[in-house]
Amino acid sequence: MSTRAFGARIERNVDPKLLRGEGAFVDDIPLTDALHVAFLRSPHARARIVKADVAAAKRHPGVVAIYTCDDIGALDLPMPLLIPHGCMTNPQTQRPLARDDVYYVGQTIAMVVAVDRYTAEDAAALIEIDYAPLPTEMDIEAALQDDAPRLHAGVPNNLAAHFVQTCGAPDDAFARADHVTTMTVQVDRSTAAPMECRAVAARFDAVSGELTVWDGTQAPISVRGGLASILQLDEDKVRVIAPDVGGGFGQKVLLFYPDELLVPMAAMKLGRPVKYIEDRRENFIGSSQERTQIHTIALAAMNSGEVIGLRDVFLHDTGAFIPYGIAVAQVASTSIAGPYRIPNIYVEFKAVYTPTVQVTPYRGCGRPQACFAIERAMDQLAEDLGLDRFEIRRRNLIAEHEFPYERPGLLFADGLKVTLDSGQYIKALAMAAAKSGVADFAAEQIRARAEGRYLGLGLACYVEGTGLGPYEGGRVKIHPITGKVYVNTGLSTQGQGHDTVFAQIVADQLGVRPEDVIVTEGDTKAFEWGVATFASRAAVVSGNAIHKTAIIVRDKTLQAAANMLDVDVAEVDLRDGAAWVKGSNRFVSLAAIATASNPLRYAFNEAAQAATQFAPASKHDGPSLAEGQAPGLEATDYFSPSQSTWAYGVHAAIVEVDPGLCTVKIRKYVCIHDCGNMINPMMVEGQVLGGIAQGIGGALYEHLDYQPDGNLANASLQDFLMPYATEIPNITILHLETPSPLNPLGVKGVGEAGCIAVGAVIASGVEDALRPFGALKFRHVPLSPSMISHALEQAGH
Amino acid sequence: MRSDDALVDVALTVNGEDVSRRVSVRMLLSDFLRHELGLTGTHVGCEHGVCGCCTVLIDGSAARSCLTLAVQANGYDIRTIESVAAPDGTLHPVQQAFKECHGLQCGYCTPGMVMNIVARFEEATPLDLTDDGIRELLSGNLCRCTGYINIIAAVRRAAELLGRT
Repeated sequence: MSTRAFGARIERNVDPKLLRGEGAFVDDIPLTDALHVAFLRSPHARARIVKADVAAAKRHPGVVAIYTCDDIGALDLPMPLLIPHGCMTNPQTQRPLARDDVYYVGQTIAMVVAVDRYTAEDAAALIEIDYAPLPTEMDIEAALQDDAPRLHAGVPNNLAAHFVQTCGAPDDAFARADHVTTMTVQVDRSTAAPMECRAVAARFDAVSGELTVWDGTQAPISVRGGLASILQLDEDKVRVIAPDVGGGFGQKVLLFYPDELLVPMAAMKLGRPVKYIEDRRENFIGSSQERTQIHTIALAAMNSGEVIGLRDVFLHDTGAFIPYGIAVAQVASTSIAGPYRIPNIYVEFKAVYTPTVQVTPYRGCGRPQACFAIERAMDQLAEDLGLDRFEIRRRNLIAEHEFPYERPGLLFADGLKVTLDSGQYIKALAMAAAKSGVADFAAEQIRARAEGRYLGLGLACYVEGTGLGPYEGGRVKIHPITGKVYVNTGLSTQGQGHDTVFAQIVADQLGVRPEDVIVTEGDTKAFEWGVATFASRAAVVSGNAIHKTAIIVRDKTLQAAANMLDVDVAEVDLRDGAAWVKGSNRFVSLAAIATASNPLRYAFNEAAQAATQFAPASKHDGPSLAEGQAPGLEATDYFSPSQSTWAYGVHAAIVEVDPGLCTVKIRKYVCIHDCGNMINPMMVEGQVLGGIAQGIGGALYEHLDYQPDGNLANASLQDFLMPYATEIPNITILHLETPSPLNPLGVKGVGEAGCIAVGAVIASGVEDALRPFGALKFRHVPLSPSMISHALEQAGH
Repeated sequence: MRSDDALVDVALTVNGEDVSRRVSVRMLLSDFLRHELGLTGTHVGCEHGVCGCCTVLIDGSAARSCLTLAVQANGYDIRTIESVAAPDGTLHPVQQAFKECHGLQCGYCTPGMVMNIVARFEEATPLDLTDDGIRELLSGNLCRCTGYINIIAAVRRAAELLGRT
């Protein structure tokens, strides 16, 4: 390779397989004689189970087994609290199958195992349950009141957690401020809605005692650890494979969903493979959701526009359970000051139980809510002080010379102090202004108004703490026959293209083509150390682990090649799949070096003959492998980040609002984005574009419509309005590349970036567009036509 | 052990081969293709005809296999994603364009997207390759990963590769 693979727009290795329909998603894995699962789920948000009768269902032809909480033995316990934190009050997690009580519509009560899914669903419908419905409170503010019905008997006021963090001296800042802007903003609940719903299949081999689980999870290694512990199996006897996974966006990082425990259990009990393929309705009523938060934010500012203090008090809806701890609210609270200096911060949240699907991270994980709060407040502050919206931001953005910028007192989701590590925030803002055409926009806006068209410019800045620890690993091995390079890490991929970016990293170190680097992940038998894919961390944590490992293998390869070529190491260069003596045409292929690095007794090809013990080339004093030496060109290493690395960006848009139809059209969308050094700009753009599309969904369309009785009224893709191509405008992305000082590759995460700012941008633009109708305020997303209609009515239009 | 569903004989052509099976009267065409024939490239994203993941060609027209019963496909000619690339694996120009333009991420919606686009490209009528025209062509397929922009580019690139500009 004469050109660097790192930084190149390389097409993805995984694509041909997926394009030909040869992907292997969980439901594509052929399992002979498999049984199929359907669940009976609660139709009530809160009820007592008075009686359950499964007799008729059991008699249904084709049914093999039915399990209720009484039939699952040691599994009949609340599932793990994954991330404990001291600020939670008596934290509640779900049981695999409800015992006595149900806490949300969709909670699993019984599991039917039958010869096919059709039959299993028929039988589930034959299970008779008598419920005694109990009162509920869906509103998070009302749920905190003393007279609100308790969702969990042992949790007063439905208060799941209460946490305060302080940075600097916020009270002093508010006391000396010239001006205080205060507002309340709200983001509604949404869902990840990956195109492939969740899926689990399991097979137990009674002879070997091995349990194999195919799970569309973002965390196969963690699932294995948990399964081994809960099912009391040796970890080595449990293999968890996340095969091709059709999108995750955080929903698939939670463990355990009930099926992830019950399907393996059933496979062990029944001695046949068992699979559960979640359907779309179940994904809506059974798999994690996120987003509802109500923030009351206040900015303390000087007349210059300098923001000297921030106070944010917010409510966070955690749903019926809190298995992922306070992660979402904590990320929101530590992202609340965005890219601004704001040295004095008070942030407090209360997490509230509601009788709804549990809340765990969905792409963005609290960041879109925090961004919406601070950015809406910055717009209002600009208006209050008579400053331009870009200008007030420019005056508060952290300047380049101020990095690393610490927020003492704020602990991020990794438990470490928030420290923004690097960036060119002010430059990014200027680029957004230039690219969105701010200079000419005012005139365009006036012209349009004369034609009865209402254009508005919206903008928002965001930061994204990425690349959380604790660690990931990498194994790199050069294959002795083919010279191809095999790479493993402990993550799983849901479409991000890990296989190609990790190949690019390795290709540069070993002088091979990225297509000759074969990355295998998502299989605990391939690599068993690591954590999971979440928090925009794959490139940062696994990427650097693989990079460090590739350097070790490079050094081994150079040393071995130097011996074979009989030159000094400094004289050897790796390129085109071989080691070359610099400035000559003498070379030895990587395959031959890998073969020779493994002392052999038996020859299987020409290269191997040179590695056998009587071959002249392998003559040496002492043992074939020196003490401490390992055979082959292989290494394993790990990367554990010292802290999160913070990406950032600025989005701006020009929107057109039709005050008659109350619709919003995005005329132009600009994204300035910086995730440090880019491994593959094409794939960075893919992540950002996908994130923006999800952000547009959240800004304008996607809202889970829980009814007062706790039923979800739009639990289908027909009624939950996910954007089609027709809703997504063309988008201009400009990159900055400010390296992270925190890791050898200088990279930052990008997975969640795109979605964070969009709600704030759209609301900002709609307010600007409708200014001729009065000072209408849009502080709630998704921003629906009825909200616009209501605001216009309030203003007398 | 089996279910007590009534059974029915079906005979159809799938990817150029004659196929006959005895199946449950309520079996979906998507399940028939995936689980009876092992053609798992056709994906199922919603089972209510909204997402387009399960799109196949029925007598040349794009159709939702999750809204079609296997028995309804009796006597018809079905084509799935497995028939699109050349027998040696060489990608069809539409597939090639998706690869070049990074038009897929997780790949779950992709087979349905490709089948929908292939069906349109096989029609002789002129293509509308404006931004709006391509969005209209894609308006029956949901994608949650890509944000569509690269898929729009892929359609345009496929038109170029097929000489349909």
